[in-house]
Amino acid sequence: MAIVKVTNLKKAYGDFYAVNDISFEIQAGEIFGFLGPNGAGKTSTINILIGLSRPSGGQIEIHGIDVIKETKKAQSIIGVVPDESNLYDEMNGFDNLCFCASLYGIGKEEREKRAKDLLKLFELDGVAERPFKHYSKGMRRKLTIAAGIIHNPKILFLDEPTTGIDVESAMQIRDLILALKKEGKTIFLTTHYLEEAERVCDRIAFIVKGKIVKISTVSELMEEASPDYRIKLKVSGNLHSIRDKLDNEFDDARMEILDETSCLFISKEELSLYPIIESLNKKGIAVYEAKEIKPSLEDIFVKITGIGKSNGRVVKDK
Amino acid sequence: MSGLIAFWNILKKDIRNYYLKPPNISWGIIFPLSWTLMQIIRSPGDLDIMELLPGLMGMSVLFGTTSMLAVTITFERKGRSFERLLLAPIGLNTLVLAKISGAVMFGIFNAFVPLVLASFLTDLSGINWTLVILGVFLVAVSSTLLGLMVAVSVQEVFEAQTLSNFFRFPMLFLCGLFVPIERLPAILKPLSFCLPLTYGTDILRASILGSSLMNRYLSIFMMFVFIGILFYLSRRNINRKWIL
Repeated sequence: MAIVKVTNLKKAYGDFYAVNDISFEIQAGEIFGFLGPNGAGKTSTINILIGLSRPSGGQIEIHGIDVIKETKKAQSIIGVVPDESNLYDEMNGFDNLCFCASLYGIGKEEREKRAKDLLKLFELDGVAERPFKHYSKGMRRKLTIAAGIIHNPKILFLDEPTTGIDVESAMQIRDLILALKKEGKTIFLTTHYLEEAERVCDRIAFIVKGKIVKISTVSELMEEASPDYRIKLKVSGNLHSIRDKLDNEFDDARMEILDETSCLFISKEELSLYPIIESLNKKGIAVYEAKEIKPSLEDIFVKITGIGKSNGRVVKDK
Repeated sequence: MSGLIAFWNILKKDIRNYYLKPPNISWGIIFPLSWTLMQIIRSPGDLDIMELLPGLMGMSVLFGTTSMLAVTITFERKGRSFERLLLAPIGLNTLVLAKISGAVMFGIFNAFVPLVLASFLTDLSGINWTLVILGVFLVAVSSTLLGLMVAVSVQEVFEAQTLSNFFRFPMLFLCGLFVPIERLPAILKPLSFCLPLTYGTDILRASILGSSLMNRYLSIFMMFVFIGILFYLSRRNINRKWIL
């Protein structure tokens, strides 16, 4: 069942369309990734979906509520975690969570209970009394996520949840995202990190120049990106001298020499490793390592958007 | 009920985070105190404290409310914590009322500093206290809404202060705080009657001195009209500028 329905959404600034006639649906309980290069229209789209910006055209329905006509009603069932932690520096973690819960009309006793539970879940109970300004970046992100879910929203918008934090905190946050999915939450996620999207998202939409150019599941994207089967070998010996012989030996596979010590076997069908290793050994080449190579989401991103690679990271629009 | 919970908690948060901070409390006391002392030092012999009180109270409220609200809102918008309020399922009217309530209370506190000082120097028994409280409240609300209009229009804290000064300082001279409106040049008088503080000061004069330029009921009515207009304009500007 679709919990979010976006139809022909547009956002124009004069003649420029930041969001240009996009349509998509998000199924209840899925993690929906929203990726795109700098200035693609991700932030504009999110701002419209959460009621911080008005669209120039189109319709948005969240859980059957018309977001444009009944913005406040829709906001009661959504949680938002912005790209920058926006809690109150002077207040401690516990008070910040209680305050956020109060904005949704939750009574004192209930909000204090929820705040305590979330602090424990996010492993922040030890710093509950510490002012937010003294939290580390990772702690700040975790508390901001906790604040985004304290009113138990049906759908959570997560904007760059792991940007700028340490590896351990990022891993914890990814685990928390997956745990929220298990609880049945629907998550709309934007991220710089394609690997993160690959790991946690069920489906991904790519937006380029205000238009959605692709929506697919991660596995479908992978299959589309490279239908070939690839094995990378690390070897010792002169690969160039045996190249022709090997090509003739394996009709259904071709070899690409990557460098002096590694090569790639590419085939339409799944390759059996043993005959290749045996053949190489007979020709005096030892194989040290064999690895199946799958295309990364980054490869797919580059293919779809035409944007250059940058250390696995895509520059985000602002 | 849920709107009430949100309203109360926004107000409580603002009071704790901003208005009860030692620098702001001291500013709220020192500012009116220094203006009062300045007047006493300037005219030591023939100083009529009662004559001075309405102006000092009005000015304290004006500066207290406009400074605090413009700064706190601009500060929260810059830190993006204000987005949290805009994303909450509370109506814009509730949000605006919650945000201005703290500043109104701060303004009322400011107004009573000169009054407490005056109580040591003169007899205040002739004062109409009901009218004083009403006058101070109306001046505080209208000044706070002016501060809100400024906060909506700017991005930075320093811009808020600069813009506030554009209307605050002329109002000191145009609204009868220290120069009676009767003595203003004829060309400036119409301008005085376009400013809410003129009516607020007149209510304070009526309550403290027992005499006023206009009928006190007319002044109260005009204050409500100004408050209604300023509330409408602030709300419309928030809707336009903060929800793009």
